[in-house]
Amino acid sequence: MGLLDKQIDSGGVVITTAENVLNWARLSSMWPMGFGLACCAIEMMATMASNYDLDRFGIIPRPSPRQSDVMIVAGTVTFKMAERVKRLYQQMPEPRYVLSMGSCSNSGGPYWQHGYHVVKSVSRIIPVDVYVPGCPPRPEALIGGLMLLQEKIRKEKFGVKHEAV
Amino acid sequence: MPHLKTEEMIMNMGPQHPSTHGVLRLELVTDGEVVKSITPHIGYLHRCFEKHGEELTYPMIIPFTDRLDYLASMNNNHAFNLAVEKLLNLEVPRKVEFIRVIVAELQRIASHLVAIGTFGADIGAVTPFLWTFRDREVILNLFENLTGARMLYNYMWPGGVARDFPKGFREEIGAFITYFRPKIRDLNNLLTGNHIFISRTAHVGVLPADVAVNYNCTGPVLRGSGVKWDLRKNDPYSIYPEFEFDIPVGQGTMGTLGDTWDRYYIRCQEMEQSLNIIEQALAKFPVEDATDVQAAVPRRIKPPAGEVYARAENPRGELGFYIISDGGTKPFRVRAKSPCFVNLAVLPALGKGIMVSDIVAILGSIDIVLGEVDR
Ligand code: SF4
Repeated sequence: MGLLDKQIDSGGVVITTAENVLNWARLSSMWPMGFGLACCAIEMMATMASNYDLDRFGIIPRPSPRQSDVMIVAGTVTFKMAERVKRLYQQMPEPRYVLSMGSCSNSGGPYWQHGYHVVKSVSRIIPVDVYVPGCPPRPEALIGGLMLLQEKIRKEKFGVKHEAV
Repeated sequence: MPHLKTEEMIMNMGPQHPSTHGVLRLELVTDGEVVKSITPHIGYLHRCFEKHGEELTYPMIIPFTDRLDYLASMNNNHAFNLAVEKLLNLEVPRKVEFIRVIVAELQRIASHLVAIGTFGADIGAVTPFLWTFRDREVILNLFENLTGARMLYNYMWPGGVARDFPKGFREEIGAFITYFRPKIRDLNNLLTGNHIFISRTAHVGVLPADVAVNYNCTGPVLRGSGVKWDLRKNDPYSIYPEFEFDIPVGQGTMGTLGDTWDRYYIRCQEMEQSLNIIEQALAKFPVEDATDVQAAVPRRIKPPAGEVYARAENPRGELGFYIISDGGTKPFRVRAKSPCFVNLAVLPALGKGIMVSDIVAILGSIDIVLGEVDR
């Protein structure tokens, strides 16, 4: 049993701010929406599977946007899909965050020059909090991006709407 | 109660759906739980492959072939290079052929592992997903050692490969084979004979052989219906004729011939056959051969005018590339014949009068990759 547990067991008091508690709760259970767009989604799946095990960060994929806090845009956003991505984002409850995974959703990636059907950065549709570069980013990179997002949430001010980076 | 009228409902499945394996939208006409018809809507991942084929030089197209079927990059590279080499009339060194076959078969295993894992997860068995991804990671580590990338490699070039095997690499592959053989057995114990799994998959989505042939299905979908057709045997390329391996076909072991279970089990058996091929290739590997793996790669790829079609057996079926050259450094036209697109086309034929939950099973057993369907 840790020191904190002992203190609380013997009727101790922890003083903190509501902001801290809220942020702590939010950053410890960021539930992403489990949807993948392209190759990056396979790396996202690999990150969620046994070797990298995202569950240990409290990150458990949800099948519905209504239950999720984070949207991991993993893959190429095409014009046909863009509308759907936007709608899914709008269906997510606040506070919501977006992590753009991979060059494609960051900037169009390999399809930047000739991809006539590729949106050149998902930030043209929805506000993005963290960009993870790579094609595809390694699972470590994705975890790094998620931890950056946790840092961002930790610093959030209560009542202030978070702004897009 | 005949006087009770039922009403048809149109339902959308996807493009955001955990079981559509990417961004596929299925329009279902349902009557209660029974599906009347399925219409797949594709194009949510159209990434302009053919445009890139026209705009880029031959070596520059290879990374884009990686991204067609992103679970089987090596096999895509292989097929594309077969086409370019045919166009150039290029002789590939024997050592390179061995390297290609070994990595292609490793990639086939990795791809089937994802297919099996996600298929299990779709049906409600999460453990196989965790197991298969654990084993796939071993292959990815090998590939990372070889190419520097985990998923999209750009490894095979016309006439050669990017890098020779690093020191000790063949032993590592040998160690992988010893590691992986018992794992297939474990997987069979866990999933293949599982009672719940069998009841979800046997007799479901039966695809008769004539329908499969008429729809031009290839790969495990065709073989699951009992048709012995594998390009590695029927239209041999590379050095496949030198190896001995079986082509597993569906038997209808658990239910009807050509059902979902048969298609699933083909993949399990194919992994074993791939291990056999790798083992033989390692044994026959020209160790003494000190050829530079890039020796035959032309400095400037400028094929004569003409057109070729080359095909190879992908994990998902027959992947073909049709290239028209006008004599320049860029192809005039590149067209990819995608097995996933063709296999997906059979879904409406399978999806009449089934339950909604069976769609997930059938789709998982067809095993599509949307990057290749939409290209
Ligand atoms: S960034 Fe690369 S790996 Fe990710 S979706 Fe785009 S092409 Fe695929």
